[in-house]
Amino acid sequence: MEATQQEVLTAPEEQQAIELSGSAALLEALIIEGVSTIFGYPGGAIMPIYDALYDYKEKLNHILVRHEQGGIHAGQGYARSSGKVGVVFATSGPGATNLVTGLADAQIDSTPLVCITGQVFAHLLGTDAFQETDVINITTPVTKWNYQITDATEIPEVIAKAFYIARSGRPGPVLIDITKNAQIQKFAFKGYTPCHHIRSYRPKPIIRPKFIEQAAQVINEAKKPFILWGQGVILGKAEKEFTAFLKKSGIPAAWTIMGVGAIPTDHPQNVGMLGMHGNYGPNVLTNECDVLIAIGMRFDDRVTGRLDKYAKQAKVIHLDIDPAEIDKNVQTHVAVWGDCKETLPLLTQLIEEKQHTEWLEKFNDYARQENEALIDAELHPQTGEMTMGEVIDQLNQLTDGDAIVVTDVGQHQMVGCRYAKFNHTRSNITSGGLGTMGFALPAAIGAKFGAQQRTVVAVIGDGGFQMTIQELGTIMQSGVDVKILILNNRFLGMVRQWQELFNERRYSFVDIQSPDFVQVAKGYGIAGKTVTEREDLQSSLKEMLSNPGSFLLEVMVTKENNVFPMVPQGCSVSEIRLK
Amino acid sequence: MSSQDILPEGKQEFTITVYTENQIGLLNRIAIIFTRRKINIDSLNTSPSEIDSIHRFTIVINETEDVVRKLARQIEKQVEVLKVYFHTNTDIIWQEMALYKVPADMIAEKAPVERLLRENGARAVVIRKDYIVFETTGHREETENLIKVLQPYGLIEFVRSARIAIIKDSEGFNAKLREFEQREPGEEVSENEYLNQRDKVFTM
Ligand SMILES: Cc1ncc(C[n+]2csc(CCOP(=O)(O)OP(=O)(O)O)c2C)c(N)n1
Repeated sequence: MEATQQEVLTAPEEQQAIELSGSAALLEALIIEGVSTIFGYPGGAIMPIYDALYDYKEKLNHILVRHEQGGIHAGQGYARSSGKVGVVFATSGPGATNLVTGLADAQIDSTPLVCITGQVFAHLLGTDAFQETDVINITTPVTKWNYQITDATEIPEVIAKAFYIARSGRPGPVLIDITKNAQIQKFAFKGYTPCHHIRSYRPKPIIRPKFIEQAAQVINEAKKPFILWGQGVILGKAEKEFTAFLKKSGIPAAWTIMGVGAIPTDHPQNVGMLGMHGNYGPNVLTNECDVLIAIGMRFDDRVTGRLDKYAKQAKVIHLDIDPAEIDKNVQTHVAVWGDCKETLPLLTQLIEEKQHTEWLEKFNDYARQENEALIDAELHPQTGEMTMGEVIDQLNQLTDGDAIVVTDVGQHQMVGCRYAKFNHTRSNITSGGLGTMGFALPAAIGAKFGAQQRTVVAVIGDGGFQMTIQELGTIMQSGVDVKILILNNRFLGMVRQWQELFNERRYSFVDIQSPDFVQVAKGYGIAGKTVTEREDLQSSLKEMLSNPGSFLLEVMVTKENNVFPMVPQGCSVSEIRLK
Repeated sequence: MSSQDILPEGKQEFTITVYTENQIGLLNRIAIIFTRRKINIDSLNTSPSEIDSIHRFTIVINETEDVVRKLARQIEKQVEVLKVYFHTNTDIIWQEMALYKVPADMIAEKAPVERLLRENGARAVVIRKDYIVFETTGHREETENLIKVLQPYGLIEFVRSARIAIIKDSEGFNAKLREFEQREPGEEVSENEYLNQRDKVFTM
């Protein structure tokens, strides 16, 4: 390993080695990695670590969640709002298996996490000991890397590797399983050296100028170029570089729900959302552009619709840090491997300054059509019950686009992503790739810890809220300030929408009953209220936002409202339906 | 490559060579990449490479080149994988080894068998009163051939190894490997020492 002298932060010399338990060494390592908040839940197999944590209370803020799934989603929310690595503790067996959903979610959404699980004593491994689960094998497909520590002396180096792997290159979740003996074992702790290099690991591919030149040439010759950007821009902290590229190129750009917020919503070249419930123009015009420039996005099927009818007319330029994403779904014309923070400026340098006024106007045309056909009615309904869209619209007005919006999964998620206004990066936190119901409440808790100065609003359906409702207990105990906005349509709305559209309204088990959410919140000492009338909406949202501390606002919305536009599954993006 | 190597839908035999760290659990990580896509591994060999701490996997599958390329990129993405190559049969020299157990009396009595063995390039590895074990190395068709030949003489047992392959092209990965090793010698793989001590260590 290579490390400069000043990077060796604690007791670098042999003779300065201090006797530490594996647990204490772990906590020392976390502190040196800059960790300040940990989400976790104790148990027998991780007790030595929790015992050591007792002495580190001043330096490490541990948030006791109510379920390990809540813990890992909180870790994800923390990582997404802060740009740092989320850290999660769980015990062996059931504690560790409860992390699996969150690991899968973090893996597909490239969220940097280091999860520490306790494990039975090493001499009991493989014996079906009490609470022994083969966590390494269970989590292998859903982690970027995992490792089992059976000897305390491995701890400093393995933890250093874990953080390096989690946050470098295309980030992802790492799980370290530590047997109980290794947690207890005392050893000579010789200090902690952060890791910056692993022989077999290439976090970033080498940038090849030839391909940047080719890409620039294709862009310069393009008549109707179109940019699709994803979370890669945010993960690469390349918002500025991306903005500069947009400015010089003059190319219209659309986002995936993981990328939204990288530039402000009202940026003149921002033409909207891609995919199944995205905007009309960007979907239709994907099949009309002559050059498609994909930046840090992975052509998920929810974005592309039918692949054999996707942008066949266009030359595709794909900028990605992960070589495995190139040509995975869409064949590229020019592949620009590398971190977009580095490749974008090189590309910007080589492109001609242009304005694509006419082409951009085409997007605006479609936007006007979409507005007339549905957005207007969704955001400003004249009669009847409230719509999800108008709630988000009101929220925008009150937060002015400065809040972090954490969405769960379902109709409200699509509405939230479509209509929420963002002025800042790292403001939209959602479960994009896995679509995990139950994500939002714990993720919002984590997001607030990751960005304490910002307002965090969790937008959740009545179904998803009941999946991790127990995390209200975490809010209660930690005193975290999270605004919970439940959009209650008394249905598992998204599934119901599909049943309506594709299964002849056979509403099979989507009619969901809910408890009195306000009473439930009250039971946890959290203020709340239900709104049923439009005239109370704005004042109630205001009340929620201005309440010191958490607040639960339940808004009763239309039971059978659908999210449109929609690219039905198996259709091409240009077959997007407005109703 | 013979024409029979080409399978329907543009699928053909590919040999994937993976250079890795010597790390517990890596076999599983690599295998998952295939099983997840429901791709059958026809043959899998793992062995040390010419460099002390670097291991080499040789994996044979029947797939289209497009799929194999994507698989190779997914494998190379794994943290402990140094390099992945994939080749069609024209680009490699490969061998499989086979062992055959035949009743001794049959062999002793029937001289033609001996000749057949010689014709097939087989040699005796073990000679006992009750049976003899022969060995051949070669391509699938060659090792398969000898089964047919020995079957009438009471073949008792047959086993074939996974494919091992050498890349025809250039110096392969060797120079790079040596460079890696010089820059950063591999770490000692820490064995699970507690596993050996079992009850002597802690109990709760
Ligand atoms: C853990 C999990 N289980 C099931 C689903 C399938 N699913 C997707 S959306 C949805 C309905 C969500 O209903 P609700 O939370 O009430 O939100 P709405 O769609 O009504 O806004 C379901 C069941 C899922 N995404 N995640």
